[in-house]
Amino acid sequence: MGGARGWSPFNIVSVVVGFAFLYIPIVLLVVFSFNASRLVTVWTGFSTQWYAALLANQQLLDAAFVTLRIGLISASLATVLGTLAAMALTRYARFRGRLLFSGMIYAPLVMPEVITGLSLLLLFVAVGLDRGFWTVTLAHVTFTMCFVTVVVQSRLVSLDRSLEEAAQDLGCPPWKSFLVVTLPLIWPAVAAGWMLAFTLSLDDLVIASFTSGPSSTTLPMRIYSQVRLGVTPEINAISTILIGIVTFGVVVSAVLTKRGAVRRARDERLAAEG
Amino acid sequence: MSALGEARPQPAPTGRSLGSIRRSFAPWADPAEVPLIEFARVSKRFGSFAAVSELDLAIYRREFHALLGPSGCGKSTLLRMLAGFEEPTSGEVRLDGQTLNGIPPHKRPVNMMFQSYALFPHMSVEKNVEFGLKQDGMARSERADRVAEMLKLVKLEPFRSRKPAQLSGGQQQRVALARSLAKRPKVLLLDEPLGALDKKLREETQFELMDLQQSLGLTFLIVTHDQEEAMTMADRISVMREGRIAQVGTPETVYEAPASRYVAEFVGGVNILSGTVAERRGDRVRLTVPGGIIEADVPVGSRLQTGSPAVFAVRPEKLRIARHAPADPGVNAFRGEVWDIAYLGDMTLFNARLPGGEILKAATVNAARASAEPLGYEEEVWLTFAPDAGVVLPE
Repeated sequence: MGGARGWSPFNIVSVVVGFAFLYIPIVLLVVFSFNASRLVTVWTGFSTQWYAALLANQQLLDAAFVTLRIGLISASLATVLGTLAAMALTRYARFRGRLLFSGMIYAPLVMPEVITGLSLLLLFVAVGLDRGFWTVTLAHVTFTMCFVTVVVQSRLVSLDRSLEEAAQDLGCPPWKSFLVVTLPLIWPAVAAGWMLAFTLSLDDLVIASFTSGPSSTTLPMRIYSQVRLGVTPEINAISTILIGIVTFGVVVSAVLTKRGAVRRARDERLAAEG
Repeated sequence: MSALGEARPQPAPTGRSLGSIRRSFAPWADPAEVPLIEFARVSKRFGSFAAVSELDLAIYRREFHALLGPSGCGKSTLLRMLAGFEEPTSGEVRLDGQTLNGIPPHKRPVNMMFQSYALFPHMSVEKNVEFGLKQDGMARSERADRVAEMLKLVKLEPFRSRKPAQLSGGQQQRVALARSLAKRPKVLLLDEPLGALDKKLREETQFELMDLQQSLGLTFLIVTHDQEEAMTMADRISVMREGRIAQVGTPETVYEAPASRYVAEFVGGVNILSGTVAERRGDRVRLTVPGGIIEADVPVGSRLQTGSPAVFAVRPEKLRIARHAPADPGVNAFRGEVWDIAYLGDMTLFNARLPGGEILKAATVNAARASAEPLGYEEEVWLTFAPDAGVVLPE
């Protein structure tokens, strides 16, 4: 089936249907964000007025700013914690309770968001923490760090253990060998983990709904509450911007990965030439 | 190598060939000599698996010592306990009289060359070699000098700014060597250092490592499963089995006077003939084995007695293979027929089948380009050997 000539009608149909299924809703949303009409389903002409209107919508802008701050802080914290957990799981393979620990790290991956949100809400109420910006941030750290762990761990597993040993053998204390040898080698995975955590935080609605307070309405929450009153092209516009940010992130991480592969291929060629 | 003279920590005596130094080098035979490395009743358990069991070993300054054994015999664990990556479950590891127990790897004055080389892929050749010096806080100019010296030593100066992935396997191996030597460790540990090289390069590198060890005056401890490699390079070999040392000795001792059947079979090719001691007279025994009688020399202190079971181990090259019956065909002579012939170029191996079905291996050196009457398949031959050609070992 290999090669461009191997495209059978069946392949073409399945690719077209598959991509259409995935992308038609998104394409429609983007297209209608540039609609001149207020009606979301009737195309009357091209306009960027809804983007301009967005800038005047203080509520949406506030929500976007809150979301961005939560995303940046929670993704950074989750990346630190998730990377450390991944190190513990891959490098100290023989500690007592390892299986329990790894099971507990992965549990949030499959835990229904409603339950995570509810349990966090109960915790915050129990300890008397006022719900607001920091409770949402903490909640996001909790549910995104396991994703970081999974991404970083898969890289660590393929990293030669003796690299760290060699660093230590040459006189480098363990914490420093992590910083100067391990981290520079796994940073694409760490960055990808951060990106994933940031994206998850950005589009979380359920957990934020449980853990946010009056001053900390996130963008998905704002969009959801506005949509209940009717979809406006403004929402399409902000969603298009969100899609743009996410697409950018995905493309950047793909380019980083690809570059690494290209460099490896070039190195191999050089090595073969001596 | 002579350009390195100034930088040697302990320059080798000049005006003598390496061979003569090697021959006279035997600190283990001198009771006044203090070992550099000591393993004292060292055990290491992983769960229920005993990787090393109550092992004692002394290695001396400037010795090239090889730990030889099959995989899982504990040789790598022993090396890693010296490097500090594993802590002994019990017993003590000493270096220069100081205990190493509890000292983390980065504070031990030994360096290791890893089997995978473990070169830092994100650093240039230069930075890799410099890494250990930087950790010691050595001054920049001194560091640059040492790196230049090391790169010259391994002939990699033109590649100094390349990344490890841009080097061939042999070049990577040299970078790893330069990096592990840069700090002038008291002991260099080598974990299967030549395993990834092809045969020809491996043989060249073996001699280079020997020259390096001699000219730098360092102590090398190498782990290998390749007996030829160990025999070529090492002053002494520790043959290991299931976490214990089966025998320590020079390559000649281990090969010519193996302490047990295991050592005899692990190091080199060997014929094993099982039998019982029929008679013992001083340092000579008569063994009855299937197909004949063997007269062999045993050490004076040997505990073999009449009636005790024993095996006779003899190397294939010690057997003479001939068409004609010897003068006294009763002793140390076996009649058989040629069963298999392996022509290896420098020598030819014959498998001769005795009437009872046992196979005896004999090797002949092909000193001439062609033999007038080469032995052929199924030809009747006589295999003979001298009483001191092999060793008698307890069963």
